[in-house]
Amino acid sequence: MSTNQASRTSAPPAPSTGPWAFLAQRWELVTLAALAIAPLVIPALGGALGGQVTNLFIYCILALALNVMVGYTGLVHLGIASFFGIGAYVLAILTVPMYPFQIGFLAAAVIAVLVTAGTGLALGAPTLRLRGDYLAIVTLGFGEVVKVTLRNLEQITGGMKGLNPVPPPGAGVTVAGIDLGKEFAIDPRWFYYLALLSLAGVVLAMRRLENSRLGRALVAVREDELAAQAMGISATKVKLAAFAMSSAVAGLAGCLYAASLSTTADPNAYDFNRSIMVLCAVILGGLGSIPGTLLGVAILVGFDTVLAPWADSWIQQMNVNPKGLSYLSFSGWRLAIFGVALVLVMRYRPEGLIPSRRLAAELRDGGAGS
Amino acid sequence: MSVQFLLQHCLIGLTNGALIALVALGYTMVYGIIGLINFAHGDLIMLGACLALSLVGALGMTAAGPATTWVGIGGLVLICGLFCGLLNVAVDRIVYKPLRNAPKLAPLVSAIGVSFIFMNVGLFWLGPADKSFPELLPSTNLLHNDALQFTWKDLLVVLIVGPLMVALSVLVKGTKLGKAMRAVSQDPTAAALVGVDVDRVIAATFFIGGFLGGAASVIYGLYINTIGFQMGFQNGLYAFTAAVLGGIGSIPGAVLGGLVIGLVRALASAYVGERWTGAIVFAILIVILVFRPEGLLGRRVKEKV
Repeated sequence: MSTNQASRTSAPPAPSTGPWAFLAQRWELVTLAALAIAPLVIPALGGALGGQVTNLFIYCILALALNVMVGYTGLVHLGIASFFGIGAYVLAILTVPMYPFQIGFLAAAVIAVLVTAGTGLALGAPTLRLRGDYLAIVTLGFGEVVKVTLRNLEQITGGMKGLNPVPPPGAGVTVAGIDLGKEFAIDPRWFYYLALLSLAGVVLAMRRLENSRLGRALVAVREDELAAQAMGISATKVKLAAFAMSSAVAGLAGCLYAASLSTTADPNAYDFNRSIMVLCAVILGGLGSIPGTLLGVAILVGFDTVLAPWADSWIQQMNVNPKGLSYLSFSGWRLAIFGVALVLVMRYRPEGLIPSRRLAAELRDGGAGS
Repeated sequence: MSVQFLLQHCLIGLTNGALIALVALGYTMVYGIIGLINFAHGDLIMLGACLALSLVGALGMTAAGPATTWVGIGGLVLICGLFCGLLNVAVDRIVYKPLRNAPKLAPLVSAIGVSFIFMNVGLFWLGPADKSFPELLPSTNLLHNDALQFTWKDLLVVLIVGPLMVALSVLVKGTKLGKAMRAVSQDPTAAALVGVDVDRVIAATFFIGGFLGGAASVIYGLYINTIGFQMGFQNGLYAFTAAVLGGIGSIPGAVLGGLVIGLVRALASAYVGERWTGAIVFAILIVILVFRPEGLLGRRVKEKV
């Protein structure tokens, strides 16, 4: 109530001082602090819920990776899940017992990230000269190739069974009398903190990128490639950099994913559907907007893990669906709900729920967009 | 690995390719005219196949004699073609038309959304499992040759695809509507200035693309004999690959691309193994786009300033 009155008395409704303004401006720090304390106060995070939230963090990292391509640089990328998968599989190959390498998690993650960045470069170098929509198809095709390859190279990737068990990070490492590997295996909060830390690092890196020379070059290329080139920006180099960064971050997400599940899961976990779901999250939340991307992921993951099960169990309690018909269950409508959401967002709010200021201006003008 | 083995698989490839070409036309025409990769096209065809399956059941076509069967198949092609064509026009009117002046990403993402909606409808229509489509045609070999198979089903594909292609090229080359379509695909503003009703031409394009897709869906059911709510994605991807390979926006290109992709698929599954087919097709797509992005028959288009 008191804040209400305060804002009524001061003529411009956004006071630039006071605790609330501080919280609004430093939303990342506030959220980070809240998430860091949460496992200490909420015991459920030590159970299955902790694993779900870890998953959410990993998807946030993946979505931020995609955001570099689609949001900042304006390149439609429909195969982000393949880089996610490459990261997961490289990490697994370097750590699982069936291979002779069995190096530590950190070293394996670094190598996996380098490999995904290299793959991104190798795919991007010949294809980034292509027109925008052709690039979409190339990435889509690449995603299919990766999925099929992972499925068929059974001797290397374990086929549909995937690679397991991926040992937990810090297996065999003892710090101050604590066996880290054992702790990671027992208490999901270790993974929670690892994923949260990685996410915080990625958000920080993205913040820095946005305000860096390279970040501005990315946006310039998105807005008008020819004009950017006239200003001395090498569009190909900038796009390549975006591709490499995006692939590397997606690879990092893949490492965390495989380690937290202690398996790579089967190759279908890295298919077109996942790529599209991540793309939906980025678009729904706001292209090129970090808080938007995070919100988009939270909404989509929340839909699948919270809303849909809740609505389904509610429908079951109402007993309107004794025969188990799919159109009388909530999750049966999942695809249609996402589809309608995409169409409506593109029609009425193309800049997303939390728009990035620059992109919103561009979309409202209706110009550009090669 | 005899010559006959090779010939047999080329034959299979060309028949499959004709089917792919029919779907590819829907992609290439829409792309040529409004520059949209219509992601929902594959799923539109899936819905056509659902309708075809329901009609076959409702009309009791499995019990019909040979003459009635052929008439029935003709009817199916017509009905499913009209259904897909009108549905495609409706989607364009409701979803894509308001986005004509928006950045390209907007209609592309909307098309992905429409594809989700179609898939959900297909899921309710067919159920989650694949359904088998009844064999309406006898599988007797028309060639009196043991090693080379060419059945009624293969003949059906040729009989339906051939006339449709001829009709389409007559329509595009010879009629006023075709002229208007070509004009709009070159420059919509200039076309509008000389009195072409651009919206009507776009609607006509969506209708024709959808109609061909509807026809393809019937053939798909009769030829492949299995349909499922997820078939649209994979088939759409092959067809789109064909359209890009031939040069997107080019009608003869789509046909050529379809035949080539069909051949590649058939030969790849014969000589390398079925499970690698998808990877090979998309690897070829990537290579083509890198070395000849305008496709086999396409024109090189300059990026507009």
